[in-house]
Amino acid sequence: MSELLSKYAAVVGEDVVDQLLGLARSLNGLKVVHVNSTRVGGGVAEILTKMVPLMQELGLDTDWEVITGDEQFYACTKTFHNALQGNPVVPTRSQLDAYEAVNAANADELRDTLRDADIVVIHDPQPAPLLGQIPERRGRWVWRCHIDLSRPHRPVWKYLYPHVSGYDGSIFSLSSFARRLPHPCYLIPPSIDPLADKNCDLPQEEIDAVRQQFNLDPDRFLVTQVSRFDRFKDPVGVINACKMVRRYVPGLQLVLAGGTATDDPEGAEVLREVQEAAGSDPDTRILLLPADAHRTINALQRASDIVLQKSTREGFGLTVTEGLWKGKPVIGGNVGGIRLQVHDHHTGFLVDTPEGAAVRMRYLLAHDHARQRMGTRAREFVRDNYLLTRHVTEYLALFHTVLEGRSERVEVA
Amino acid sequence: MADAFTVMDCAILARTTGHEVQSLRELRDALLKVEPQSIYYHFWGGLLRPTFDDPEFMNDFAVWAGRELRDRTLAERLAMVDPATPPTMEDLREELLDVVEARLDELDRPLWAGRDRQFNFLAAEITVIPTRYRIEDPHVLPEVLRQVSRGSLFYHFVDARRRRDDGLDDLRAWLIGLDDEQFAPLIQQLAGVDPFQGSLARLRAQLADAVARGLQEVAA
Repeated sequence: MSELLSKYAAVVGEDVVDQLLGLARSLNGLKVVHVNSTRVGGGVAEILTKMVPLMQELGLDTDWEVITGDEQFYACTKTFHNALQGNPVVPTRSQLDAYEAVNAANADELRDTLRDADIVVIHDPQPAPLLGQIPERRGRWVWRCHIDLSRPHRPVWKYLYPHVSGYDGSIFSLSSFARRLPHPCYLIPPSIDPLADKNCDLPQEEIDAVRQQFNLDPDRFLVTQVSRFDRFKDPVGVINACKMVRRYVPGLQLVLAGGTATDDPEGAEVLREVQEAAGSDPDTRILLLPADAHRTINALQRASDIVLQKSTREGFGLTVTEGLWKGKPVIGGNVGGIRLQVHDHHTGFLVDTPEGAAVRMRYLLAHDHARQRMGTRAREFVRDNYLLTRHVTEYLALFHTVLEGRSERVEVA
Repeated sequence: MADAFTVMDCAILARTTGHEVQSLRELRDALLKVEPQSIYYHFWGGLLRPTFDDPEFMNDFAVWAGRELRDRTLAERLAMVDPATPPTMEDLREELLDVVEARLDELDRPLWAGRDRQFNFLAAEITVIPTRYRIEDPHVLPEVLRQVSRGSLFYHFVDARRRRDDGLDDLRAWLIGLDDEQFAPLIQQLAGVDPFQGSLARLRAQLADAVARGLQEVAA
């Protein structure tokens, strides 16, 4: 077993790695290409950063391509993102033109690679039109949608539908996120990588150093929300919830740590709103961290007593997974994939309002034993279900299925 | 001597079926037409899915009836549908329909779930792979059972009962094929293992107990 696989086996068990090897054996040399729209920032880029090397280690000839666009393109795809999660917004005609032109230009750049690949996985709507641009493709193409499509703004979905309906299959994180499409829709929740800087064990000195760096008092409670500055993450709701809790837990410290992704033009505007809501409160730290501040985020989560993710819309919510993996109870919005991960009294609490978040924070901060018990269960829950190894296992099973053509049962020799 | 027992492993991939229901009547209508792999998934797929639910109700239909339709009577009746008993998936479908239709007859008001609490019928796609474990002597079973994956347990002890015509798990079928009277106590102990009453971790523990007892009797 290679060094990398041995490291995974030490975390998840040899049986899990054996299963990966078994599934990968007959896919040796398979040409797989992932395509998305950003190399850094956001959950998709983080997953691919770790998934691609693991697939390569398992013998699949795996590449990751990133399409590039202009300001109009990213404005368009951000509008898609908001609209697909239910906001009644539509891109302008010129934005849509840019979307199509950027995809056509990227198709020209990537044509040879995509045409010859056995499997192409297109992530999210940004590169979705590539399929139509490569009619000479010879492999199977799968659209991986990380967004909650349960209630999209219909004009935008109607526009996107022709771009995604021609794929050989789609992948959604949850059944409720999926929409009716004329091909098989598979369900694969995303994952975190236990070996990544963001999730690996850290020495206590490093955690203490990060506390010191941000002037966080180790003798007072700390709650943290790590996410992009995005209205769907409800950072202002978190600030308000903490204000309520401070009536009972004076000195409660809050960290809102985020960054900006290259494909998120709204981030700066939301950041201003958040800074305004926080005002001059010295116990609320708003941290704009660089995209590679993984160990800092890791340390902040480990330094926290509770991790928050009070989203009002959410895809899967990998920051929840990260918090659980650090052995912290998570208070999460009762939406999307957070529901799969946060189980009341087991791994944290689901909430619908800032008041709900305040009530649960107050309870957890008053009950050390409950915090510890939930934290322990949380870590084991992630180990069993939401680590990269499980994710890649399901991708490999999917590759077998789509290569075989639709089949209820694929027997691999 | 029969062939060695090759331990297989499997991965289950969930797929949507396009059937999504919000009421008991819609559930009944969907049960009439949904593909057999969907019924399979909702009885057995839960064993390989992340969950924190106490396995009070051992199939998804019962869980949904109890939690989302808030009909405990129906949930209890659905929970008593034993997937191992009906000979075919169509017979299992009939049993489910019997329970649901009987409940519809009893109720004078419709049962509805919340708008984002629908039941999504999913189906299972299974990929089966061989493992490095080959068992020639049943005495190595305790060691192998400790090491194999949850997928292997699922394949040989859960999936097997639906896959095989004789309704046995694969291990018992192999032991019977050995045609060696000395292993009869082991076969009998394994027959007492019920794979539908808990998680795969629990199944592993049950199997370990049964094999230990069975081999003790063999040795005696």
